[in-house]
Amino acid sequence: MSAVNPLKPSQRMKIPRQESIEQPAAERSINFLEVSFGFDEDRAVLESQRCLECKEPYCTDGCPVGIDIRGFVTLVLQKDYVGAVQKIREANYLPAICGRVCPQESQCESLCVMGKKLTPVAIGKLERFVADYEMKHQLFTPPVVTERREEKIAVVGSGPSGLTCAAELAKMGYRVTVFEALHAVGGVLRYGIPEFRLPKEILDLETERIKALGVEVYTNFVIGRTATIDELFDEWGFKAIFLGTGAGTPTFMGMPGENLSGVYSANEFLTRVNLMGAYRFPENDTPIKIGKAVGVIGGGNTAMDAVRTARRLGAERAYLIYRRSREEMPAREEEIHHAEQEGIEFLLLTNPLRILADENNWVQGLECQRMTLGEPDESGRRRPVPIPGSEFTVELQTVIEAIGQKPNPIIQATTPGLATGKRGTVVTDAQQATSRPGIFAGGDLSRGGATVILAMRDGKVAARAIAGYLQGLNSPPP
Amino acid sequence: MFLILRKKVLAPTVTQFDVKAPFIARKRKAGNFVMIRVEEGGERIPLTIADSNPAEGSITLIVQAIGGTTKLLTSKGAGDSLLDVVGPLGNPTPIENHGVVACVGGGVGTAELFPIAQALKAAGNVVHTIIGARTRELVILEQEMATCSDSVTVTTDDGSYARKGFVTDALKALLDLPGSGVHAVYAIGPLPMMKAVSNLTRTYGIATLVSLNTIMVDGTGMCGGCRLTVGGQMKFACVDGPEFDGHAVDFDELMKRNRTYVDMEKITDERHVCRLTAVRQEEIR
Ligand SMILES: Cc1cc2nc3c(=O)[nH]c(=O)nc-3n(C[C@H](O)[C@H](O)[C@H](O)COP(=O)(O)OP(=O)(O)OC[C@H]3O[C@@H](n4cnc5c(N)ncnc54)[C@H](O)[C@@H]3O)c2cc1C
Ligand code: SF4
Ligand code: FES
Repeated sequence: MSAVNPLKPSQRMKIPRQESIEQPAAERSINFLEVSFGFDEDRAVLESQRCLECKEPYCTDGCPVGIDIRGFVTLVLQKDYVGAVQKIREANYLPAICGRVCPQESQCESLCVMGKKLTPVAIGKLERFVADYEMKHQLFTPPVVTERREEKIAVVGSGPSGLTCAAELAKMGYRVTVFEALHAVGGVLRYGIPEFRLPKEILDLETERIKALGVEVYTNFVIGRTATIDELFDEWGFKAIFLGTGAGTPTFMGMPGENLSGVYSANEFLTRVNLMGAYRFPENDTPIKIGKAVGVIGGGNTAMDAVRTARRLGAERAYLIYRRSREEMPAREEEIHHAEQEGIEFLLLTNPLRILADENNWVQGLECQRMTLGEPDESGRRRPVPIPGSEFTVELQTVIEAIGQKPNPIIQATTPGLATGKRGTVVTDAQQATSRPGIFAGGDLSRGGATVILAMRDGKVAARAIAGYLQGLNSPPP
Repeated sequence: MFLILRKKVLAPTVTQFDVKAPFIARKRKAGNFVMIRVEEGGERIPLTIADSNPAEGSITLIVQAIGGTTKLLTSKGAGDSLLDVVGPLGNPTPIENHGVVACVGGGVGTAELFPIAQALKAAGNVVHTIIGARTRELVILEQEMATCSDSVTVTTDDGSYARKGFVTDALKALLDLPGSGVHAVYAIGPLPMMKAVSNLTRTYGIATLVSLNTIMVDGTGMCGGCRLTVGGQMKFACVDGPEFDGHAVDFDELMKRNRTYVDMEKITDERHVCRLTAVRQEEIR
């Protein structure tokens, strides 16, 4: 039964999944402009016609924030794009960002019925289309804050978890202050994810919208250093605090040669390029130095971003070195695909052993060893095992390690009574409450390296929990 | 924006700034540093906080104009602002009563040493200070150091002032003095100087703390650019330091690593010099 879509299901299934309009690989691999332009209106409408409008849409079960996907896709079909983006925003405050960076293939789209036999509805690209449409035509209407509440709440960290938590609380009428250690807002969205995947213009716009809700933002403010958590409570008068400080501390493999010139953590490499604008050196002052051949170690989004950035900075050969096979790579499918198109060379089932130096203490090679897949490990993925005698050397001048991050320890070390778990994460309950009353946490800080949308989900859950906590404080004890 | 309240030239390339930064001024302890960005498009660079005045809400920074960014900074004056200042970062210097200590400063390192010498004196130590500089006009803070030291020895490499030679010569003389009883050494200056001091004190078995200037980007522990090897382990200078046991630091590796961007720094430097002269010409016009 469908009130809107005149096509019969069999007809809908004949429509092929629509592809985004993209910059050709040869062009884009030498510039920092966005790779994908997304859908135009025709493609968006055609894609929306593919949706079967299931009575029990599974897609929403796959969305960590529970967007009414069928509802918004139907609005696209009716060409009510603003209605569609408003529907998304009921559940997700940052659709232009999520439409670009969410791993839809393992979330909503993985559960879409159409994907059982054919290909799933391109939910992510539709989300992006409606958000971009609203932006392009300046049709955004800010939410009206009806109530004003006196309580002050501090949000620490301005990544997706912090921004979402701040926006949700501000909409409820609370007085919110965001503290950010860096000089710019956005967390990984600012310093990690490159311009060619997420234009910073979008982040700036979203930040302005959140500020317009009355949220105050202090950049250059490191909690634990400039002021401690206890000072925020006792001296600044905050009634509750959300911690969204992410997992920004890089880890290294621990192999010989890591302190040579020409070895970067992915975080340093991407921060220099994205936050500090090193790709415009010497117009900007921060330098970055890469060789003719660059090797990036890892298989996640961070590795993919680093290797594609290296390519754009002029690396003639850009290698991605990963110890498992392509199937096990945690990166978004689209990024892997784009990287392949851009001429990134994948050295799979390859494990680095040590970095070799030239006479000036610069990197000149990476000694590696070939691997084969053995029995599945605890994560269910097949464990890579070295092949004896398979050592070989890759000639390169830059090594970038993207093998994972852990939480920055400053707050944990300066906040008594805050329980931490393995790898330095902050422990929370299902409502994102930590071991200390009034302190909530979420995103990579509690998960230890996850996704933008999970960070946003945590920020949202925490905002509701904070409101509940404050109302509890206010109501007289029974 | 962080307003520059006062500027004072201490030596031909060494300038002191008092900058309005009330939150940092309140919290700052000896040994802390800030990361600053002078203007949009600029680098983030670390600077030690030489002093602070919580009542006024100001911190004191002492800068040697060596690269593009520091030259740009020293071209600023009272009434100008710095775009970003964040801190206080790093661990404060552990201050204890050791009995007798030697404070050894080289070049602008003396500015970083000054608050530490003050704190050591306040903790009840007998403080012997040794200040080294290349030449007479680069000797800074001699009088200030005298206010918190039981003795001050100055050395110049070229002998143009006070004792000719290196700080290590003066330090060795002090350590060899019968009954000098030095129990700990605090050394801050160029890496080769701190290395030489550490090598010397190692033979005497005297604990030595050095403050390291490494490559830094964020200064909060999220890039690893500041990493170095201490006692065979990887450490991040910005969060694990900036002070470390001089006997455990791999100075040779660090000195090589610090040369990573020398050629590019030259480009930045030249660009800023061009821009500064352009500005000055504009002013003249
Ligand atoms: C290169 C890269 C690419 C990625 N690509 C994707 C992708 O395509 N899709 C996806 O879903 N996920 C991706 N991720 C993961 C995703 O970005 C993170 O899961 C998400 O950003 C976590 O959000 P957060 O709010 O928890 O923290 P973050 O985004 O890490 O933000 C934390 C913020 O807190 C600040 N902070 C830290 N300590 C303090 C302090 N003491 N005081 C004040 N502020 C502090 C930090 O400076 C930072 O701005 C990627 C990650 C990286 C590194
Ligand atoms: S599961 Fe797929 S087909 Fe069904 S409503 Fe969701 S998007 Fe449409
Ligand atoms: S400066 Fe980035 S981790 Fe120390």
